Amino acid sequence: MVALPDPEDFTRELLVASNSDRGRLLQYLHAIQQRYSHIPETSVHQLALALRLSESRIRGVIGFYSFLHDTPRGDYDILFSDSITDHMLGSRVLLGDLCTRLGVEPGLPRADGRVTVDVTSCTGMCDQGPAILINGQAVTRLDNFRISSIAALIENLTPLDEWPSELFEVQDNIRRADILLSRGSCGGGALRALVEKGADTIFGEIATSGLRGRGGAGFNTAMKWKFCRAARDDEMNDRVVICNADEGEPGTFKDRVLLNSHADDVFEGMTLCAGIIGARHGYLYLRGEYLYMKHALEETLAQRRRDGLLGQNILGQAGFDFDIEIHLGAGAYVCGEESALIESLEGKRGVPRVRPPFPVTHGYLGKPTVVNNVETFMAAAKIALEGANWFRAVGTEQSTGTKLHSISGDCDRPGIYEFPFGVSIQQVLEECGAADTLAVQVAGAAGSTIPPAEFHRSIAFEDISSGGSFMVFGRHRDLLDMVQNFSRFFVHESCGFCTPCRVGGVLLKDLVDKVHAGRAGTADIQELHRIGTVVKLTSHCGLGTEAANPVLDTLGKFPSIYEKHLTQADYQPAFDLDAALQDARDLSGRDDAGAHIRTDL
Amino acid sequence: MSGEKTFILDGKPIAFEDGDTIMDAALRAGEYIPHLCHNPEFTPHGSCRICMVEVDGRQVSACTFPAAEGSGVVNDSDQLTAQRRSLLQMLFVEGNHICPGCEKSGACQLQAVAYYTGMLALDFTHFFPRRSVDASHPDAVIDFNRCILCELCVRASREVDKKNLFSISGRGINSHLVIDSPTGKLGDSAFAATDKAMHVCPVGAILPRHTAYNTPVGKRLYDRQPVNMVGDVAGYEETDER
Ligand SMILES: Cc1cc2nc3c(=O)[nH]c(=O)nc-3n(C[C@H](O)[C@H](O)[C@H](O)COP(=O)(O)O)c2cc1C
Ligand code: SF4
Ligand code: SF4
Repeated sequence: MVALPDPEDFTRELLVASNSDRGRLLQYLHAIQQRYSHIPETSVHQLALALRLSESRIRGVIGFYSFLHDTPRGDYDILFSDSITDHMLGSRVLLGDLCTRLGVEPGLPRADGRVTVDVTSCTGMCDQGPAILINGQAVTRLDNFRISSIAALIENLTPLDEWPSELFEVQDNIRRADILLSRGSCGGGALRALVEKGADTIFGEIATSGLRGRGGAGFNTAMKWKFCRAARDDEMNDRVVICNADEGEPGTFKDRVLLNSHADDVFEGMTLCAGIIGARHGYLYLRGEYLYMKHALEETLAQRRRDGLLGQNILGQAGFDFDIEIHLGAGAYVCGEESALIESLEGKRGVPRVRPPFPVTHGYLGKPTVVNNVETFMAAAKIALEGANWFRAVGTEQSTGTKLHSISGDCDRPGIYEFPFGVSIQQVLEECGAADTLAVQVAGAAGSTIPPAEFHRSIAFEDISSGGSFMVFGRHRDLLDMVQNFSRFFVHESCGFCTPCRVGGVLLKDLVDKVHAGRAGTADIQELHRIGTVVKLTSHCGLGTEAANPVLDTLGKFPSIYEKHLTQADYQPAFDLDAALQDARDLSGRDDAGAHIRTDL
Repeated sequence: MSGEKTFILDGKPIAFEDGDTIMDAALRAGEYIPHLCHNPEFTPHGSCRICMVEVDGRQVSACTFPAAEGSGVVNDSDQLTAQRRSLLQMLFVEGNHICPGCEKSGACQLQAVAYYTGMLALDFTHFFPRRSVDASHPDAVIDFNRCILCELCVRASREVDKKNLFSISGRGINSHLVIDSPTGKLGDSAFAATDKAMHVCPVGAILPRHTAYNTPVGKRLYDRQPVNMVGDVAGYEETDER
C-alpha cells in the first residue's frame, strides 16, 4: 500500500480545514479511521487539544461506534453483513471460506497487518446479498468466484481503486413503481410552487395530504413542521432540518435507492421544509455503510447550488437561505433514533436524550429541529408539486399515499416495491414471487412476525405499521435462527444507557442461545416472557422497547419453534455442569465415573 | 392553597410547581419512589429505570417525566414492584456484587432498594465480568466490579466539580466508566477527596480510603432504617463521622 502521511499532519489538516469544529468530531474520527484503519494516540491528543475536549471523552466516542477502532485493523478491512437474510444466502460459509483462503481468524488482523475479516450489522444490501464492506465500500452478490477474486486481489496487494469496478456495482432493483417512483425529478418545481403560492398555501397542501413519517413512527409531518415553526417566534430562521438516512433497521434498503436515484427530490423536500419552518441549516445524516454514495450526493448538492436551489437567496428570493451538509454515521443503529442522531451530529456518543423536550423545540445544538426520514422528504416535495389530492387519491383514510418496501428473503424478485398503503401481506407476497411462506417479518428486527393466518392483514398505520422492511421466510426455515440473529443484533446495538436494554438484552440473547442449543427447559421459556416484558415496558428508547419483539412475538405466534428445541426437564442449568468439572479432573488426574456428573438424567 | 397544582400519587394529592418532574414533587412531599441513578442535586438521568411509574396507564421514569395537573400516577403496585426486582436483579448479575465482602454493605443503595422491594434471590445467570480495581489514588479506591453505570460521579464531576473526570466508553453491555487522566488511573487524575464525585456513588464502587469500618456492619445507614425512611446514601459517610 502507498505510504501514508504522518497522522499528526493529516489530523492537523483536517482541523485547519474546518476551523476545529467540535460538532465535526465524529467526521474527523471517520476520516482518520478511513486513512489509518484506527485512531492513533497522537490524533486523540491533537483533537482533544484543538477541540478543548478531554481525551477520555474522545475515547468514549471512539468506543461507541462500531466503525471506529483504537487499534489498527487490517489494511483491507472486510465486514460481512450479518443480517439474517445474508445468512440465508450463505454468508456464513463464504466468510469461513474467505478466512481460510486468507489465513485469518474472524475479528483479528492477520499477523502481517494485511487484512481483517469480521461481521457487522445489516449493511442494507439484502436484495443482493451476501454483502460485505471493504474499507467502507460495498461489494454485493458474493459467491465463491467473487470470494476467490477478492482473496487474490488482497494477496496481490492491489489497491482498492484498481479493483474491477463491477465488484462495487450496487443495483436499485426497483420492481414496482407507483405515484412517487414513476415521476421524474421535481427539478426545483416544488420550490417554485413554494415561492409562487407562499409557505402557508404549500404547508396547507402538506397538511391536507395527511402525510405521515415514513421512518416508522408515523407522526404527522405537517404537525411536526408546525410545532417546529412555532417553537421560536424570532425571525432569525435559526431552525434545523435533518434528513434521517441512518437506515439501520435490518432488511431496509429503500432509502439507499432513493438517495441513489432520487436524491434531488429528497434535497428538494428538505429545502421545502426549510422554507416553510424557517431554517438555514440542513444535515443529511448518512449511515457509514453508505459511504460509497457520499461523493455523488455532494455532486448533487453542488449542482443544486449552481441551479439556485440551495445556498443564498434560493430562486432569487432574498432571505431564502438554506444549505445542506452531509454527516456520516459510523456503525450504530441507535443513531437512527432521532435524539441519538442529534447527539451523534453534535459529535457525541449516540445516546438517546431524555424526552421531553422533543427535537422540534430543543434539537440540534438546542435549536428547534425537524427530523424526517428520506422518503418523507421526497413525498413532501412531490406533494408540493402535485397537490394534496393527488397524494390522497391512493392509500387509506388514515394512511394516505404509498410506502416503499424493501423486500428480501425467500422470494423470486427481491428489491424495492412501492405499494399504496392498505396493501395486504398476501398481495405483496404474490408480487415478489414468494411461495410456501412460513412467516413474514415486517418492519425489521424491531417489527412483528406475521404468520400465514394473518397474511390478509394490511400494511398501514392502522393495521401493521412498517418503516419498509419486509423479510420473507420460506417453509424450510427455522424461525428460531431469525430470533437468535435479531437478539444478537439488539445486544450489539444497545447503546448501554439503560438497565433493561443493556442487561436484559443479553439475558434474552443468552436464553435464546440456550434454546437454540437444545439445552433449555420450560422454566427458561417463562423467563423469556418475564425478561422480555420488563425490557419492553421499561426501556428508555425505542430500541429497547422493541428489542424483545422478536422473542415475545414468536413465543405467542410460533411456540412450536421453541418447543421442538426444549429438553424434557423443566429446569436446566445455564452451563454444562460436567464440562465445568474438567479443570478439577485435570488437576486431580481423575476421569472415573465418580468424577463426572451425568447430565442426561 | 387554592390554585396550587397537584397530581395524584397512589391516591394522594401531591403539589408541584412548573418544571417539576414527578420525582421532584414526590421527594418534596416526602413520598418515596425507589430509584438509584437519581439525585436531586444533578441533572436527571433516567438510566436505571427503577423509578418507572405508571402515568395514566403508561410507564415513564418518574425522575425525568414532567408532573402534570390532575394526572394519576401509580408508584406502588405489585406489577411495578416485580418489575423493579427484575431490574435490580439485572444490575446485580451484570457486575460482581459480593455483599458480604463489600465494605459498603449496609450503606449501599442497591442493596437497600433490593431489600425494600423484596428481592431475595438473583434468579438470572451471573455474567461474572472481568473488571479491575483502581487503587492508585491516596484517598479513594474505585472497584469497577460494583459500578452500576448510574453516572452520578460523571454528573457530579461535570456539574459541581467542573472537572469532567469521569465519562462512559464502550457501548451496550461493554459500556464502562473511564477516568480522564494520562494513564486512565484515578491517581494520575485531578480527583480530590473533597470532590463532590467522591461522595455520590450509590454502591461500593467509589470508596473513600481509611474509613472503611468506622461504622460497624449492623449499625450502618440502612441497617437502622429502610431506604424509604432515610433516602439516598449520597454523602452518608460524612454525616456518619459526627
Ligand atoms: C432504534 C431506532 C432506530 C431508528 N432508525 C431510523 C432510521 O434509520 N431512519 C428513520 O428515518 N427513522 C428511524 N427511527 C425513527 C426516528 O426516531 C424518527 O421517528 C424518524 O426519523 C422521524 O421521521 P419521520 O417522521 O419522517 O418518519 C428510528 C427509531 C429508533 C427508536
Ligand atoms: S433502550 Fe436504553 S440502552 Fe437501549 S438503546 Fe435505548 S437508551 Fe440505549
Ligand atoms: S462509580 Fe458509582 S457513581 Fe460512578 S457510575 Fe459507577 S456506580 Fe455510579
